[in-house]
Amino acid sequence: MYARVVERITEGAIAGVLWAFRVAVVLLVIVGSALTLAAGRYSAEAWLSLIVSGAVLGSIYALVALGYTMVYGILRLINFAHGEIFMAGTFGGYFVATALAGIGFLNLNPLTSILSVLLMMAGAIAVSVALALLVERIAYRPLRNAPRLVPLISAIGASFFLQYAFRGFFGAGIYAYPTVSILDAQVPLGLEAFRMKWIDVLVLTSALLMMAGLFLFVQRTKLGTAIRAVSEDKATAALMGIDVNRAIVMTFAIGAAMAGAAGVLYGLIFRQVYFFTGFVPGIKAFTAAVLGGIGNIPGAMLGGIFLGEVEGVGPTLFLSGLNVPSPNQLRDVIAFTMLVMVLIFRPSGILGERVAQRA
Amino acid sequence: MHDASAGFADVPWRTVIRVGLLGAGIAIFLCLVGIVPVFHARPLIKDVISLGQTALVLALLGTGVVAARTAGVRSRLAILPGALAGSIAGAGVTALVLIGELINVRVVFLNASPLLYEILTFGNGLAGSWIAIVIGAVLGAAGGIAARLPMAARRPLTTFVLALLLAGLFAGILRTAMLTTPLAGLARLLFSSLGLTVIGAIATVVVFVGGREVWFYTRVRQRVVAMPPAGQRLVTWPLLAVAALMVLVLPQALGPFVAQVIAYVALYVLMGLGLNITLGLAGLLDLGFVAFFAVGAYTVGLLTSTAEFGIAQWPFWAAVPFAVIFAMLFGAVLGLPILGIRGDYLAIATLGFGEIIRILAGSDLLKFALGGPRGILNVPKPIAVEPTHFLAGPNQMYYIALAGAALIAFVAWRLRASRIGRAWISIREDEDVAEALGVNLVQTKLLAYMLGAGFAGLGGAVFVSLVGSVFSSSIQLFVSINVVAIVVVGGMGSIPGAVLGAVFLIGLPELFREFSEYRFLFYGAALIAMMLYRPEGILPTRFASREVHLKSSELGADTVVAAPTHSP
Repeated sequence: MYARVVERITEGAIAGVLWAFRVAVVLLVIVGSALTLAAGRYSAEAWLSLIVSGAVLGSIYALVALGYTMVYGILRLINFAHGEIFMAGTFGGYFVATALAGIGFLNLNPLTSILSVLLMMAGAIAVSVALALLVERIAYRPLRNAPRLVPLISAIGASFFLQYAFRGFFGAGIYAYPTVSILDAQVPLGLEAFRMKWIDVLVLTSALLMMAGLFLFVQRTKLGTAIRAVSEDKATAALMGIDVNRAIVMTFAIGAAMAGAAGVLYGLIFRQVYFFTGFVPGIKAFTAAVLGGIGNIPGAMLGGIFLGEVEGVGPTLFLSGLNVPSPNQLRDVIAFTMLVMVLIFRPSGILGERVAQRA
Repeated sequence: MHDASAGFADVPWRTVIRVGLLGAGIAIFLCLVGIVPVFHARPLIKDVISLGQTALVLALLGTGVVAARTAGVRSRLAILPGALAGSIAGAGVTALVLIGELINVRVVFLNASPLLYEILTFGNGLAGSWIAIVIGAVLGAAGGIAARLPMAARRPLTTFVLALLLAGLFAGILRTAMLTTPLAGLARLLFSSLGLTVIGAIATVVVFVGGREVWFYTRVRQRVVAMPPAGQRLVTWPLLAVAALMVLVLPQALGPFVAQVIAYVALYVLMGLGLNITLGLAGLLDLGFVAFFAVGAYTVGLLTSTAEFGIAQWPFWAAVPFAVIFAMLFGAVLGLPILGIRGDYLAIATLGFGEIIRILAGSDLLKFALGGPRGILNVPKPIAVEPTHFLAGPNQMYYIALAGAALIAFVAWRLRASRIGRAWISIREDEDVAEALGVNLVQTKLLAYMLGAGFAGLGGAVFVSLVGSVFSSSIQLFVSINVVAIVVVGGMGSIPGAVLGAVFLIGLPELFREFSEYRFLFYGAALIAMMLYRPEGILPTRFASREVHLKSSELGADTVVAAPTHSP
């Protein structure tokens, strides 16, 4: 009897706290946005540039999120080290870029600049894929049948190992990415308050192309079908003659390739890289993957863009109207709050997860 | 399985070569990541060998051991795979030197410095590059021989290596401590300011190897175990009393620097024991420990500070209960919504909470109350004493942290066998089964989470008075990671494990600058290695090790630490 009462009370408390949380967040968003818009401090063009920068950031998140989502789909593992794979790609691109800048190839003419960016991507992808396969082989493969906490801790270990290995290799200093001058030029749009650089165009188009390519690969090719089959049911897939190991390794490789390419784009936009570069974007990309529904490839793309927009527009839209001092300091708070909210209220994400059975 | 008469042709040379290449990779990694050059600054035995060289030596020896083992040769031939693999690993180092001579590797890898090449060639330049191959072959062969020695001969060898390593590390500290005592002459003889002297090394080896052999052959342990319980108590109680006394006089004996370090260690023992309840018993992977640490630290800071942001100027003792209670309330409010979600999501959600709290603490939004990056200063010590008093400075915080840790250990020990403790363990092992057996999941988890949060708050409270201030920059992710690493490496759910984990993972990096540069590299490697080879931890609970035993004999699986749920 007594235990029953306690149980009822805690259940009531949980529901109460959840509702209070929900109401508070919704209220904050509505009141904040209304006040910001009413104050009319920002022009339509200013909003447009916030939206574009959100989309640019979001497409990078989306590219990284694909790696999380595919690995989770196939192994039910949060690949905690994926952010470091992304960071490794950023470093790989950096060293290719400085080498090319050193011989004067990087900014010789527009054609060599484009070629250079392609070379940077190739270098970054090579580094990221090699590293991801190494991590998979050493830290994940032997633990494939272990209880879930075991590979997760191993993944956290891999994440810190990689971060501090890179710190050992390259020091704790921040490396400045060389400038690619054609990407730094403005797109001639003829608008005054809204400006866009070619780099933004590059990020948006290349992210779109890569995601479309991945989608086609997973849906249309034999290997893609194998990957989907393995993430559906490993044992049955193996019985159908699918090489499960190969499908898993390919999944890691593809995710890492996306992360490596995203790393170069990130470097070109934010102009810097150091050993900790991958950590926060990594968590955010995971957020994006959860947001879209983990295991779901279109979901990761959608989640990435959505998170980027919330982060790009959110601080100004929700917080500046409430007179919060320096709202941009709090953009990570908004992102992480959204992660927690999604986990609580809709753990299956926007598009629903493609995990066959929720364990 | 190869028998003793296995011939030359039976050795799987391909595998041996692979082991050798792996060894080469590890040796090159040690060089480029900077462990070899950075640790070279600290001698193990003065003028004989540095710690950096020791790292390489151990890598090459290990290559030989692994090669001989995987080759499976038990005969005299074992020397060959060891030597081959060792020389391949050494050749990796040689290749590094040669490549470094041809192109400037340093534009990419900062550690490919002239100092590194000097270490690797023993100062002989390019002409000395081949030395590594020879040393590799010799050490690999030695490893190969060691791998096939009988246990009776291998035990002194491992003692030899471990004793030298430990004594070499702590030589400087022991020397400083002994110089003020009548033992100063002995200290100068045995220890240099960093590392052992040659005489010291010989003495260490003789004492430790001899001691362990005597211990082994006189069968002390077996005799004690064979004694009747009353007799056992007669032996164990005095030993425990001596150990307790040593723990208590430690900061007095070793000087202020070491006292500060062991105060940190005690603080992390306290926090490790706190997380041990959440992670070790209930199996909830909490990566947001720092959030509650921050609540405790800021509560005590605000309530006791005599500077700008202090609001009450209470004494420490009055503020501590509030710190713990606030942290627990925070734990409840954060825990209630998220404890319903599945285990691996919980890790990320708590990580998100930790980051939210960290950013908020440093933001302009809360600057009016928490001081932002400027922080809260002038937090008084709990007990005001003269600077010469034996409780001065970090010493009293050491004792307070120790008392706190003892309290938590007691609570955890009493709870483990209780109804709630068994409920936690059942959740850790299998959530669905636990629920089916009538365990209220959310309530039980919430209690574990709140207890962990409360102890984190206590840790924060001790931290703030140990340091005397709290800044937003003290609220860092690495606090959470430190604590998780302590619990995992020590053994989830194990109380002595948490102590051991804190001593090694916090003590070494705080004592030695070389270690602190690579602490997280080491943590990462340790977490992976623990999960691969010993998921039950270094000092596991009897429960966990028994389980490993059962599982490995009955099911062939060797993992214990159960996630809350199993995927089908």
